Amino acid sequence: MSTKPTAYTPHPMEKRVLLRDHLGVDFTRLENYLAHGGFKMWQKAMELGRDGVLAEVKASGLRGRGGAGFPTGMKWSFLPKDERPRYLVVNADEGEPGTFKDRYFLELDPFRQLEGILIAAYTINAHVSYIYIRGEYWNSKAVTEDAIAQLYKAGWLGKNIQGSGFDLDVYMQTGAGAYICGEETALIESIEGKPGMPRLKPPFPANIGVFGMPTIVNNTETLSAVPVILEMGGEVWAALGTPKNGGTKLVGVAGHVKTPGLFEVPMGASMRDVIYTLGGGITDDREILAIIPGGSSCPFLTKDEIDVAMDFDGLKPVGSMLGTACITVMAEGLTDLLGVMQRVTAFYQHESCGQCTPCRQGTGWLKAIADKMDEGLGEDAHIDLLISACNQIEGNTICAHGEAAAWPIRSIAKKFRPQLEAAIRQRAAAHGYVVKPLAAHPAA
Amino acid sequence: MSEPIAFSAAANAKIADLLGRYPRKQGALIPTLYVAQDEFGWLKPEVMQLVANTLELPLSSVLATAMFYTMLYKKPVGRFHVQICTNVSCYLLGSDELMAIAQAALGIAPGESTPDGLFTLESVQCLCACDRAPTLQINKEDHFKVTPAKFKELLETLKTDGVKLGPPVGWLADQHHAHAAHA
Repeated sequence: MSTKPTAYTPHPMEKRVLLRDHLGVDFTRLENYLAHGGFKMWQKAMELGRDGVLAEVKASGLRGRGGAGFPTGMKWSFLPKDERPRYLVVNADEGEPGTFKDRYFLELDPFRQLEGILIAAYTINAHVSYIYIRGEYWNSKAVTEDAIAQLYKAGWLGKNIQGSGFDLDVYMQTGAGAYICGEETALIESIEGKPGMPRLKPPFPANIGVFGMPTIVNNTETLSAVPVILEMGGEVWAALGTPKNGGTKLVGVAGHVKTPGLFEVPMGASMRDVIYTLGGGITDDREILAIIPGGSSCPFLTKDEIDVAMDFDGLKPVGSMLGTACITVMAEGLTDLLGVMQRVTAFYQHESCGQCTPCRQGTGWLKAIADKMDEGLGEDAHIDLLISACNQIEGNTICAHGEAAAWPIRSIAKKFRPQLEAAIRQRAAAHGYVVKPLAAHPAA
Repeated sequence: MSEPIAFSAAANAKIADLLGRYPRKQGALIPTLYVAQDEFGWLKPEVMQLVANTLELPLSSVLATAMFYTMLYKKPVGRFHVQICTNVSCYLLGSDELMAIAQAALGIAPGESTPDGLFTLESVQCLCACDRAPTLQINKEDHFKVTPAKFKELLETLKTDGVKLGPPVGWLADQHHAHAAHA
């Protein structure tokens, strides 16, 4: 299934407490996981008790690694104090373009996440957990299902786990090719066997979630961090990062860099260092043209906007966000930015669930305009039209897919206007067309 | 329309296991549609009806869910389902060239299948292995850091394998069927 792991030495800039592929151990085998201290934190959780675990997670300042950065401990304490059954749902529907972090846990260290699930389920008193894995992740699904089977066989799942009196069933749930199911309420609908259309909130999943019951939805990286937090103690974890941004973060670097890959750094690491040191610098030592900081829903950055701290607050000054912390680097001279923009519009149009008009129609218009520009029929006024369409999508939809579609396109239109104008002319010339100047346009 | 179809004993056992995982039968719908797809190749109308009967759901619920998800196939898919990522990271590193190679080698456009039923070509959204771009997926297998030379060689190998394996069961009948349904 997975390739045989080989040991290597990570870069000294990294701080590895989650990633451990460099050890060269096959962590898809339960015996290896146990031999490296696996499930010791389950025992510790039993000693600490539910309130004790919750206190550690709160002290750690752990914020949701799916991209929104909501404090995990606070989310867990939102569950109503009633007798209804509760569910723990794991969001492993990794699909944000540019992102490749949860794949690591799902394929190479599945028991880390499963120990986190066991501890979290115990803490919130859930007895069923669904791990919702993206449909295209065939290898992740196979490894995770196999890991679950190993745990049942060894008495780490099912009834009366290791004599604790606690019961938990964990099921692998497969997605089926819909990006929107990464949105937690769409994911819940999908587990219920329905089209993945996000729900209006409130009610929030903590009260009315999967099958109408109280539900906590956590990302794979978030849950995988839980055993590590218990091991080092919440406060020690928190101290690894920046204020309000505890711990470490998996970061990816891809695109036009010399050494693309997945790394782990303390929260708040410099984005420039991540790109130039861990990513090895830009292909052919070129200049950066543009950066997507954490998946294509994030507003794009220019080369002058990368001196920022990679945590959930550090990108606010440059009008963007950490997202999934997997960076896409686009180099000057190697990047057709209009082509990139067209791909981004096509993606969000394709993945809109279609229930809200501003998103369904708006993403279609963004794509139609970008297509027109791409086909050599662009005008400068189209850039303003893009901005106008983005403004009409933003804030007018049930879920954040609207913003995810609008923000990157608006950032390109505003920050990279000269490049777009040049690209429009280049495309038009290639087709023998003449670009209409801005002043001649009736809307101008 | 056509003779009644039924799940194999193995598929029925899988579905029974799936039903045990959810408090409502509809929870088992998407995994059951995958089971049906593995069994019958694609979700032709009588398969949708079979799933509806098996899970005791209205046909409309089955159709609504099946229509929403791209990985639940509403038309026949060839022996080799070649899906090339054309999103940003792969686009930056040459996915358009890979798509052009596939189109030339197979003689079909994205979204089409070869008439012999051996290949279906599609573009796919970000496969989330951007550090190993460009990426593509053939059936359930990932291919990373795909170079044009490697891809050409791979397609040639699959063509040879395809001659031995032939199209999916019922390919020709399904083509006629799909034609008739759309006529």
